[in-house]
Amino acid sequence: MAPVLEVSGLSTVFHTRRGLVRAVQDVSFTVNAGETLAIVGESGCGKTITALSLMRLVPIPPGEITAGSVKVDGTDLLKLSDAEMRQMRGSKIAMIFQEPMTALNPLLTIGNQIEEMVLLHDKCSREVARKRAVEMLHHVRIPEPERRSREYPHQLSGGMRQRAMIAMALACRPKVLVADEPTTALDVTIQAQILDLIGDLQREFGTAVVLITHDLGVVAETAKRVVVMYAGRKVEEAPVEEIFGRPYHPYMQGLMNSIPRVGSARGLDVAPDERLQEISGIVPALNALPPGCSFEPRCSRADARCKTERPELATKAPDHIAACWNA
Amino acid sequence: MSSTTAAAQERPIEPSFLNNVGYLCRRYPLGVAGSIIMVAFVLCAIFANYVAPLDPFSTNAKASLAKPSDTHLLGADMMGRDVLSRIIHGARISLAVAMGATILGSGIGAAVGLACGYLGGWFDLLVQRVSEVMQSLPLLVMALVITASLGPSLRNTIIAIAIPLIPTVARVIRSNVLSLREMPFVEAAKATGMSEFRIAVVHVLPNTLAPLIVLATAQLGSTILTEASLSFLGLGVPEPYPSWGRMLSESAAEYVRTAPWLVIFPGLAISLVVFGSNLMGDALRDALDPRQRD
Repeated sequence: MAPVLEVSGLSTVFHTRRGLVRAVQDVSFTVNAGETLAIVGESGCGKTITALSLMRLVPIPPGEITAGSVKVDGTDLLKLSDAEMRQMRGSKIAMIFQEPMTALNPLLTIGNQIEEMVLLHDKCSREVARKRAVEMLHHVRIPEPERRSREYPHQLSGGMRQRAMIAMALACRPKVLVADEPTTALDVTIQAQILDLIGDLQREFGTAVVLITHDLGVVAETAKRVVVMYAGRKVEEAPVEEIFGRPYHPYMQGLMNSIPRVGSARGLDVAPDERLQEISGIVPALNALPPGCSFEPRCSRADARCKTERPELATKAPDHIAACWNA
Repeated sequence: MSSTTAAAQERPIEPSFLNNVGYLCRRYPLGVAGSIIMVAFVLCAIFANYVAPLDPFSTNAKASLAKPSDTHLLGADMMGRDVLSRIIHGARISLAVAMGATILGSGIGAAVGLACGYLGGWFDLLVQRVSEVMQSLPLLVMALVITASLGPSLRNTIIAIAIPLIPTVARVIRSNVLSLREMPFVEAAKATGMSEFRIAVVHVLPNTLAPLIVLATAQLGSTILTEASLSFLGLGVPEPYPSWGRMLSESAAEYVRTAPWLVIFPGLAISLVVFGSNLMGDALRDALDPRQRD
């Protein structure tokens, strides 16, 4: 199957007073129809900027997409004019945001907002758009969609709002859905429902999903492939079972060790004095990256070579690449 | 979330007109009071010929400075013209000027503010500097210069009072737009493929309505007073058409001790309109915001 989304060599920088900030550097990945690719990493490692770059929503200036291509169904988004890109947004590639509380206009009913979206891309009457909006709300399993469509965002719970956001994003059947931490602001039971919903709709519509998250639990449940990002670069990529079974990059290993297990603090299934592992230090400033491996200052396995030479992505196992000298 | 319970199946009954009125009175009692005041004044202005007990223009030497009595309910002025009738007829000009200038000034101001906040860059910079120049001149001086060059008439008075309002409104709207522009729903709207212009009109502008209404209703009173000053200087709506402002300013100095009704009643009319419009504006702001509704 040909991939629906092909990203290659994507680089996004910000021109700031403190110099050039390389937020995303040389990131490549592909996603097939109906498949989910997860991009993981901690805060400030370029996940969200990658997502915004896919949508071409990076503010320009100060931002600039300096290199690479983002192909949806073979069309390179980065080569389109602004007007053409607007046509693509929503109809071919859509996005849902982290904050369902503020990502909807408080003054318009949710039905109205979905309608606007439909009218923007399909030449249809308001009547038809209205029906589509209600139908989409039904699709995202909002009970009584007819009545709910006339409600304002503040009348809905967080989970409901995120459902409405998803309804809006998928109203025009986009090929690619970029989900930037769609469940972070929701509580755990609602998280699971929203993830299930995204999965179901994805199967139904054959949408390719790029899921941005820092929650490895979410990744394990939903993704087919995983891209690990660190300091703006892809440092590891593999199918989900493979990466959880055998993480190569010390950063990914660190991320996995930093997940608390239920009962661990009480010593129920582990040694009583076991402490939750953390990755010490912080992500380096993106305008002052070390010359070698950007993870080197925080890495327990770093040696002299890591300080001076940046490791390239290399195949460590079949269909499993990582950028580390010592893995 | 529960779709299964009977309560959720229940359809709300479509409220009748009377139900709506009852609801509004309970929810916004002050707003309803303000609206009644405003509607009463507007009706007086429209039907002045029928409402006014006497001819506002006919002079009567015998009734000069007559105290309030059966014939002249609110007294008479120096030329013996009935004050009540003049107030009722004056509502035409005062309300036309106040509303016309406020709507014109706020409308243009909102558009300019939206453009400044949304476009930013050199356009914003230029407009901000120009508005600073405009704001450094007193309102009255600006209005004077404008009427003096356009010539006195009702239309020109409205224009002259509206223009100095523009920078004030534009600044408030601009600052609002600057923060709204960064809201996630604006980014979300971009992600749906909406054009910048449509986002500005559909998503940003309605969110600036609350401060705009408050500002506009607050300006109503000062526009009436500016009109008064202009008329007093002979640059407003020409004599003998009565306007509240002129009635007030003409008699304030001379007659405030000897014939206080010449000052009190036009002043009361102005205060009532300002009061009513503020109450109405506040309620309108709440009613237009879905977050304030049930």
